[in-house]
Amino acid sequence: MTAEDGLRYAFTSLRGARLRSGLMLLAMAIGVAAVVVLSGLGEGARRYVVGEFAALGSHLLIVLPGRNETTGGAPPMVSETPRDLTVDDAEALKRNRSVRRVAPVSVGSAVVSHQGLQREVAIMGTTHAMYQVRHFDMSQGGFLPPGDIFHPQPVCVLGAKLRRELFGNEPVLGAYVRIGDRRFRVVGVLREQGQSLGMNTDDLAIIPVTSAQALFNSYSLFRILVEAKSRDAIAPAQRAIVDIIKARHEGEEDVTVITQESMLATFDRILGALTLTVTGIAAISLVVAGVLIMNVMLVAVSQRTAEIGLLKALGAPATTILRLFLTEAALLSLLGAAIGLGVGAASNWVLRLIYPSLPFHAPDWAVAAAVLVALGTGLLFGVLPARRAARLNPVAALARR
Amino acid sequence: MIRLEGIERVFDVGGQQVHALHQIDLSVGRGDYVSIMGPSGSGKSTLLNIVGLLDRPNQGRYLFEENDVTALSDDQQAQVRRERIGFVFQFFHLVPRLTAAENIELPLVLAGIPPEQRRPKVEATLRAYGLAQRAHHRPEQLSGGQRQRVAIGRATIMEPGLLLADEPTGNLDRASGHEVVDLLEQLNGRGITLVVVTHDPELGQRARRQLHMVDGAIVSDRDGTT
Repeated sequence: MTAEDGLRYAFTSLRGARLRSGLMLLAMAIGVAAVVVLSGLGEGARRYVVGEFAALGSHLLIVLPGRNETTGGAPPMVSETPRDLTVDDAEALKRNRSVRRVAPVSVGSAVVSHQGLQREVAIMGTTHAMYQVRHFDMSQGGFLPPGDIFHPQPVCVLGAKLRRELFGNEPVLGAYVRIGDRRFRVVGVLREQGQSLGMNTDDLAIIPVTSAQALFNSYSLFRILVEAKSRDAIAPAQRAIVDIIKARHEGEEDVTVITQESMLATFDRILGALTLTVTGIAAISLVVAGVLIMNVMLVAVSQRTAEIGLLKALGAPATTILRLFLTEAALLSLLGAAIGLGVGAASNWVLRLIYPSLPFHAPDWAVAAAVLVALGTGLLFGVLPARRAARLNPVAALARR
Repeated sequence: MIRLEGIERVFDVGGQQVHALHQIDLSVGRGDYVSIMGPSGSGKSTLLNIVGLLDRPNQGRYLFEENDVTALSDDQQAQVRRERIGFVFQFFHLVPRLTAAENIELPLVLAGIPPEQRRPKVEATLRAYGLAQRAHHRPEQLSGGQRQRVAIGRATIMEPGLLLADEPTGNLDRASGHEVVDLLEQLNGRGITLVVVTHDPELGQRARRQLHMVDGAIVSDRDGTT
C-alpha cells in the first residue's frame, strides 16, 4: 500500500466516524490550545517585566549600602555597616569617566498637607539626574531643577494620586504644600504609571535629596542609582564604584553594586522557569488527550473488527494494518494540534486586546513542543490499539458481522 | 492447484479439545468447480479458511500451486492471499464508507498498484459485472445482489487462480442468488478454480465435484456430472 493511499484510507475512515473523530480532535485541540495560551501568558509576563526593567533606563547600576557575603542571598535592605552612603559619596562617583549620571536616593515618609487636607505618603529625596535615570514622565510642569545639590530650592514634584487627593481640580503648579515642617513649591506632577519596581510613583512626593536628609534628620542614603556611559562601560563603572567607595570608607568594601543586567537576568530566569512550569502543566492535558485517543481508537478497533479481518483476507500484512491505524492517530493529532494552535493564537489575540500592555505571545519553542507532544502522544497511545488491530485473527474477525 | 495431506485442525474450547478437521486429504485441480456441503459444525468453513490461508492447520501439509505454504510466514501468506486467492463472503464484508468502485479497488490499493493502472481495471470490472451505474454508490445504497457482485468484483480484480466462496447466496433472495451463482460459474468457465461452501443442496449440486463433510471428515466425494 503506498503512503498516499494509506493517508487517504485513514482519512476516509476518520471521516466515516465523525462524532468519534470530532471528540478526539476536540481533546487534542484543547490540550494544544492550553499550552499555547498558558505559555503565552507566562511569556507575556516575562516580556512585560523585562520591558519594565528596560524602561527603567539603560546601563543602570544600583549601589546599596552594606555588603552581603559571598554565600549569596538577597542584598540587605537595611544598612548593616556603621558607614552610611552619603551625598558626598554620590558626588564622588560623578567624577568617574565611565559614569554618565548619578542619582542619590533617600526615602522616608512624612505628612504632606495643603489647605487643611493632609496625607502621609512616601517621600523620595533625589536630584535632577533622577529624571533621566528613571525615565519619569511628567503630566504637568517639570522635574526637580538642576542646581547645587547642597543648596536646593524648596520645590517638590507630586505623584498623580497625591495631587488628586490634595488639590482635586485646583491648579497645582506654583502652589505650596507643607511636607513635615517645611514648605515646598510644586513644580511638576508625575504622569500616572502605577507600581514600578516596588514603589508606587502615584502616591509619592519628590523633593531635593538634601532637603529630605534635613527633613528626616539622617545623612544616610537609601541607595544611589548610577547610569553608565554605555553598555561597555557597565563593568568598568561597577569596579570604579566599588574602588571609589572603598577609598572613601577607609578601605572597607561596604557597598553592594547590582547591575540592571544581572537583575534582568534573574527576573528573566525566574519568569522563564515559571513559563516552563505552566507550559508543563498544560502539557499534561495533551497527555490526557493522548489517553483519550487510545481509548477511542480501541473502541474503533473493536467496532471495525470485520473491516480489519477483510483487509487481512485481501492480503494486507500486519504492518500495513498497524500503519493504517497509526496514520489515523497521527492525522488526528496533527489536525487537533492545528485547531488548537488556531484557538490558542485567537485567545492570545483577544487577551492582547483586553490587556494591551501585556505582550501575550506563545514562544516558538512552546508552539513547536505542543505540536510535537501532540503528535508523540497520539502515536504513542495509538500503538496499543494499532497493534491490537494488526494481531486480530482474520477468521474470528470475519466471523462477526 | 490445491493438495491437502493429513490436515488436522483442533480447537481448544473451554479446556476441551474439539477436532474441527480430522485427517483431511484433498486435491483440487486447476479450473475445478468444487462444492463443500455438510451440516453446521461439520468443519466446512474451517476447511475453507485453511485453504484460503486465513487459518493454519495443527498438522499436515498444504501445497498451493505446487508450493508448500504451511511453512510460510504470516506476511508471505498474506502475499499469496493478495495475489492468488479471492474471497466471497456470506455477509459481503464491504467497507461501508467506501463506494462500490472503491471497494472493488481495495485489493489493488493494498497491493500498492499506482492509481493510473488501477482505474481501467476497476472500470472494466464494474462494466463486466453490470455495476457501471452504481460505481459511486455506497453499499447501503445497493441491493443484496449488487453488493455480492461488488464483492465478487473485489475478489477477482487481482485475477487470482482460486476463488473461495463461503455461502455466497446465504443472504440473498432466490433471483439474486441465481445471478450470483451464474456469475461465479462464468468465472469458473474462464478457468478460475472455484470452491463453494454451502449447506444449500441446490447450490451444491451444481458443482462438478461435490464434497460432503460430517464431523470434520470428508464422507463423500462425488462427481456431479454423472
